[in-house]
Amino acid sequence: MSAIERIERRSGRAIVVRGDDIDTDQIIPARYMRSITFSGLEEHVFTDARRDADDIPKDHPFNEERFRGASILVVNRNFGCGSSREHAPQALMRWGMRALVGESFAEIFLGNCVAMGLVAATAAGDDVAALMDAIELDPTQEVTLDLVAMTVSSRAGTARIMLPEGARRQLLDGSWDATRTLLVEPDAIRETAARLPYLAGF
Amino acid sequence: MGKTLLDKVWDLHTVRELPSGQTQLFIGLHLIHEVTSPQGFQMLTDAGLPVLFPQRTFATVDHIVPTDGSKRPLMDGLAEQMLSTLERNVRKHEIEFFPVGSGAQGIVHVIGPELGLTCPGMTIACGDSHTSTHGAFGAVAFGIGTSQVRDVLASQCLALDRPRVRRIRVSGTLGFGVYAKDVILHIIRTLGVKGGVGYAYEYAGSVIESFSMEERLTLCNMSIEGGARVGYVNPDQKTFEYLRGRRFAPQGEAFERAVRWWSSIASDPDAEYADQVEIEGASIPPSVTWGINPGQAIGIDEKIPTLGELRGGDRSSAEEAIRFMEFKPGHPIRGTPIDVAFIGSCTNGRLSDLREAARVARGRRVAANVRALVVPGSEEVKRQAEAEGLHEIFLEAGFQWREAGCSMCLAMNPDKLVGREICASSSNRNFRGRQGSPTGRTLLMSPAMVAAAAIEGRVTDVRELLR
Repeated sequence: MSAIERIERRSGRAIVVRGDDIDTDQIIPARYMRSITFSGLEEHVFTDARRDADDIPKDHPFNEERFRGASILVVNRNFGCGSSREHAPQALMRWGMRALVGESFAEIFLGNCVAMGLVAATAAGDDVAALMDAIELDPTQEVTLDLVAMTVSSRAGTARIMLPEGARRQLLDGSWDATRTLLVEPDAIRETAARLPYLAGF
Repeated sequence: MGKTLLDKVWDLHTVRELPSGQTQLFIGLHLIHEVTSPQGFQMLTDAGLPVLFPQRTFATVDHIVPTDGSKRPLMDGLAEQMLSTLERNVRKHEIEFFPVGSGAQGIVHVIGPELGLTCPGMTIACGDSHTSTHGAFGAVAFGIGTSQVRDVLASQCLALDRPRVRRIRVSGTLGFGVYAKDVILHIIRTLGVKGGVGYAYEYAGSVIESFSMEERLTLCNMSIEGGARVGYVNPDQKTFEYLRGRRFAPQGEAFERAVRWWSSIASDPDAEYADQVEIEGASIPPSVTWGINPGQAIGIDEKIPTLGELRGGDRSSAEEAIRFMEFKPGHPIRGTPIDVAFIGSCTNGRLSDLREAARVARGRRVAANVRALVVPGSEEVKRQAEAEGLHEIFLEAGFQWREAGCSMCLAMNPDKLVGREICASSSNRNFRGRQGSPTGRTLLMSPAMVAAAAIEGRVTDVRELLR
């Protein structure tokens, strides 16, 4: 368990990856999960979209110099669908991401992000579109997510963001690294186990 | 007001409400495998914590195991390291393990039910999105990430938001040559790949009630492809009969008591649902995917949609799909030539799947240019299939008969597509690169349809071969 980190805001330069239904196999293909650690995953993030079969770079935001150093990723709908692999948000975080803003996220992916302290907030389609346009026009600008005010600010203006309330409070109070919280009342865990018919021989 | 199964199981397993407003939910059964657990065990060690309930975690190996009978140590050093790490972890923490050769190894979502580990009314978690499979037994089962694997190991609990419940009733009966796989592909096509986000899907109606347990497993397996982390069927007599006598199921008088409790956790007739959907069974065709997500499915008699026909929200993914697949919009999917046929996976690698595929393959030959694999979902499935002589039907037809594992569903082992190959596959995901080649193409369909495609060398209406 790491030290408690309360996350109220994330600020930095941003990068835009457009497209709906970007699945976790796209973010990190299974062939890079053949490891007992998460280290080095960042080298392979979006690899099949970034390089062709001959390893020649393709057009992709993660190949663009102007987005280098970005820590906020802006996406469209149903980002992170498919496999539950935490390797996907791990790869993004190890690349340098500290927050994601999108129209929507797949449920397991969102849970994985929160469990790592990686902010994944949603915003309305029009607001995401305006944010994407603004970042592409000027990738040097600072984008800020404020989890207290629940806003995202950029040169496109300030727009509302959303997070499931439980996830938001976990980030704000530092309980996103849930292990410690889950072990606060060990007796309650044992009492629950004791009342389950299938653990008590029916 | 009555309660749904989801609500009954959730309430029973609630340890407490967390300050975040989430539920601390007790996990009755935790399944682990070699890919998503090693980092979880490492995090636990780093935190200096023990496994709190080692007797409620069970382990097997499935994702990276070769299916060609390779002996240990594996040639692939990375795969060998993953296997030996899991072996070390289960030994250290005294977790029951079903290794290759034990007779009980297999895809984690095949062996759970097979061993009677999966039972009604449980909460079940596993670091794999297809954990929804176990909902076929009236369990609340869902996939988790590795940090959550750590949480379950450490506390046997997770911090979660309660999902809403959408009941999907499939009424009437299915047409000839239409399988559980077609039902779930049709549901995902109808409700969308993100339609289920925030929901648990409760499958009901006469079609679902008439399904065998293995068909229900196929159905619940792909709930996550529709965005629903949980999918379940209320337990009934079929559920109980399936479990009777299985290794980890309650035995003797305990079984009779269990049946009484299992019956009581089904959704009440007057339960309230957040949403209800009605689907007419007769309207569901044998289905095939044409794109790069499981919602991009059409009936075998339909044409690949033109962009003009698609709803606004589906357009951008469809454009991507057309570009990647290089199929012609407005043309039939039937007749599309294939290079590879894959029968297996946690979706369709069970005995009844192999029987249906064998029914099509019997006395026929795989087309000359097609590489065809049959990969049983578990060692037990393989044993039973061989006892019935199914392997001989497949081998005589020119299929390869392999050892149990996930295999070409996600190609973490040596079973992979090459280049632009097109694969007719009984698995669950047609994502780009999913089957091991970044440019490989996947067409999802039922195992019988895969067998038909293998024989004809092109996408075929299985009903023509069944008549």
